[in-house]
Amino acid sequence: MIEKYRTQLAFLVMALLLIIVGVAQSWSVSIGIFNLCIVSAIMAMGVNLQWGYAGLFNAGVMGFTALGGLVAVLISHQPIYEAWSIAGTGMLISLFIVIVASISIFYISKHVNSVFKKRFLIVFVILLAAIGLGNFYGPSVNLIEDINPAKTGFLGGLGMPIIFSWVAAAFAAAFLAWIIGTVTLGLRSDYLAIATLGISEIVIAVLKHEEWLSRGVKNVTGLPRPVPYEIRLQESEWFINFIERLNSSKLSAIETVSSKQDLLNKLVIEGSSIYVKLCYAGLFIMVLAVLFFLSQLALNSPWGRMLRAIRDNEVAASAMGKNIVRQHLQVFILGSAIIGIAGAMLTTLDGQFTPGTYQPLRFTFIIWVMVIVGGSGNNLGSIFGGFFIWFMWIEAEPISIAFISLVTSGLDYGNPIKMHLIASAPHMRLFIMGAILLITLRFMPRGVIPEKVVRPR
Amino acid sequence: MENYDLINAIILLANFVIVPALSYGSQLALAALGITLVYAVLRFSNFAHGDLMAFGTMIAILITWLFQSWGLTAGVLPTALIALPFAMALTAAFCLITDKVIYKFYREQKSQPVVFMIVSVGVMFIMNAIVRFIIGPKDRTFFDGEKFIIKAVEFKSYTGLPEGLSIKSTQVLTIVIALITMMALFYFLQKTKMGKSMRAYSNNEDLALLSGINPDRVVMITWIIVGMLATIAGVLYGLDKSFKPFTYFQLLLPMFAAAIVGGIGNPLGAVAGGYIIAFSEVMLTYAYKKFFMYLLPTNLEPSGLMQFLSTDYKFAISFIILVIVLVIRPTGIFRGKTL
Repeated sequence: MIEKYRTQLAFLVMALLLIIVGVAQSWSVSIGIFNLCIVSAIMAMGVNLQWGYAGLFNAGVMGFTALGGLVAVLISHQPIYEAWSIAGTGMLISLFIVIVASISIFYISKHVNSVFKKRFLIVFVILLAAIGLGNFYGPSVNLIEDINPAKTGFLGGLGMPIIFSWVAAAFAAAFLAWIIGTVTLGLRSDYLAIATLGISEIVIAVLKHEEWLSRGVKNVTGLPRPVPYEIRLQESEWFINFIERLNSSKLSAIETVSSKQDLLNKLVIEGSSIYVKLCYAGLFIMVLAVLFFLSQLALNSPWGRMLRAIRDNEVAASAMGKNIVRQHLQVFILGSAIIGIAGAMLTTLDGQFTPGTYQPLRFTFIIWVMVIVGGSGNNLGSIFGGFFIWFMWIEAEPISIAFISLVTSGLDYGNPIKMHLIASAPHMRLFIMGAILLITLRFMPRGVIPEKVVRPR
Repeated sequence: MENYDLINAIILLANFVIVPALSYGSQLALAALGITLVYAVLRFSNFAHGDLMAFGTMIAILITWLFQSWGLTAGVLPTALIALPFAMALTAAFCLITDKVIYKFYREQKSQPVVFMIVSVGVMFIMNAIVRFIIGPKDRTFFDGEKFIIKAVEFKSYTGLPEGLSIKSTQVLTIVIALITMMALFYFLQKTKMGKSMRAYSNNEDLALLSGINPDRVVMITWIIVGMLATIAGVLYGLDKSFKPFTYFQLLLPMFAAAIVGGIGNPLGAVAGGYIIAFSEVMLTYAYKKFFMYLLPTNLEPSGLMQFLSTDYKFAISFIILVIVLVIRPTGIFRGKTL
């Protein structure tokens, strides 16, 4: 019975948890968690595509997420015309040098046969490019970063609606994945893990320190939203009427006009924040639905079967004439593109881009816990994992504080041990994550919603 | 003063490149040895190694504080050195417990290496939490004793050269302790019966089992050595720089790069890899302006800093070396995989 309705049961429990938070804490918190749950679910689906379908260990989720965030900035922020007019040509020439150098390296490695000559030519091209960049790139960067550094100091973006960035982020992440994949996918599987771990640290380092591109640790704030602003809602006639009608029974119970108005104001402020979050939720659900539909299609297509065949037995699949490296590259690119979308969505939701907040535990390894706990190889599993683990990640803190207060209730207030324990309570969430992962791996190695093994009859 | 320019340039380089790189390289080599031993004997990439180092260092710091509260110090040497053996023993015990509670199950199941890798991510979370829970995520220095062996000012007045050389005692300590540790480890692996059985087990598990080698014992000894190496590496790094849990986690990348560049599974490779990564990192992020000012005539003096890469990108260096070695010689410099 339970086996049969496992999926439904899992999602029912998840819905109940969110409802409990809605009733006990507040609906605004609950919907806020829900939105981030969806973003996490999308990231988990991307990792699931790589790990669950093809068995690739990507330890660089954080890098693709952050890249997606950068794309959101580059698409939506207003262009800084001043910076472009002063240093635009220098930057464009630098870009041109990089492109020409990359193309020539690519060409050399394909068409020069002698190994020695090849390496010599590549080093030569890199040196030439470095000299060229030294002349154009460095000075332009200084020029850009000197323009009004407190407010801008970077090139800005394209000034387009931020929602376009979700598509652009997919392409940017795919491009990065293509580069990493080409270099590392032919090698042993652990090397991909280390290489992706490295590239994600590098992406973060670039975002933190290349201020002309992303303002670095000065952060970009106030990105335009795809949904209405709370302030506008609170002023608009129709929204106030809408809230009034929703709460008509509550309002009519109050007699004095002024206290009625006070309550209405409070309700409107509360309602506007919930309304905005619901708008985000609507957009995110659409993205999640489309990606889920496409992933399911891919999973059940001949392509998906082939990937699983490669995952389960590389030698046999290769004997059947499948090009393993090529297929791995494909799925690595697709999965990373999905992670990139989630990254752009996250920045859209936050309305700001803060490179300093990207941490591997939060953005890489948590996603792994989601995929493993949910059930690798199963998209619904990843979605559940994304929801459940994110929920635990947020709620772990209040839970552990409550737990520690309970344990130490015998000690008096101001006791140093008690104070230390309560101050350290937030770190318990890492412990809870590790424990969940290890318990799942030991007792439920295929996850809460295991992969369905389809056998042809 | 014309003739001393060359000497000045060399001293400058020794002060800012060679000595720091040697000590950082020794720390990396010890850490990479731990990774490579786990890989050779237990056959997986241990993501928890950085946090194991942090754990060992935390124990050492706690014991150091205890000793300091008793008024027990090592005079000119840091107190942490007295605490080190105790911390090593405790960390080794912790490794054994981790193995018994967590890894043993998967070994009996004959799980794939990648499953072990994911398990090690879980262990990483838990160790991370324990360290932050007990000692907190903040930066801590636990160094005491004499700070310098040679001070820049003394060196200048003694030699009369304008360029000073300063050598920190932690740098010398690191190099000496690392050398002793490595020699002991290689002696153990090459000459003792246990070491030989470890190498045999890592080379061919089935043959080793047939020759009557007890696998549980090999695994146990491996974890003890790994725990001790991680503690030494962590304490030396912490003494030289400072202790911060997140920094130790970030060391994972250079550590793995060192192990892979040298040939993962090969201890000699881990040592070589550690020094290669450290030297490249320090040499490529050092600004050579002053160095060339000594060497070149005045009219040829460089205008920029003469720095290849800003220090913000030191992670990129270990990564790039890793990629280059993987592309040119995927097995690493010394062919890896067995002890």
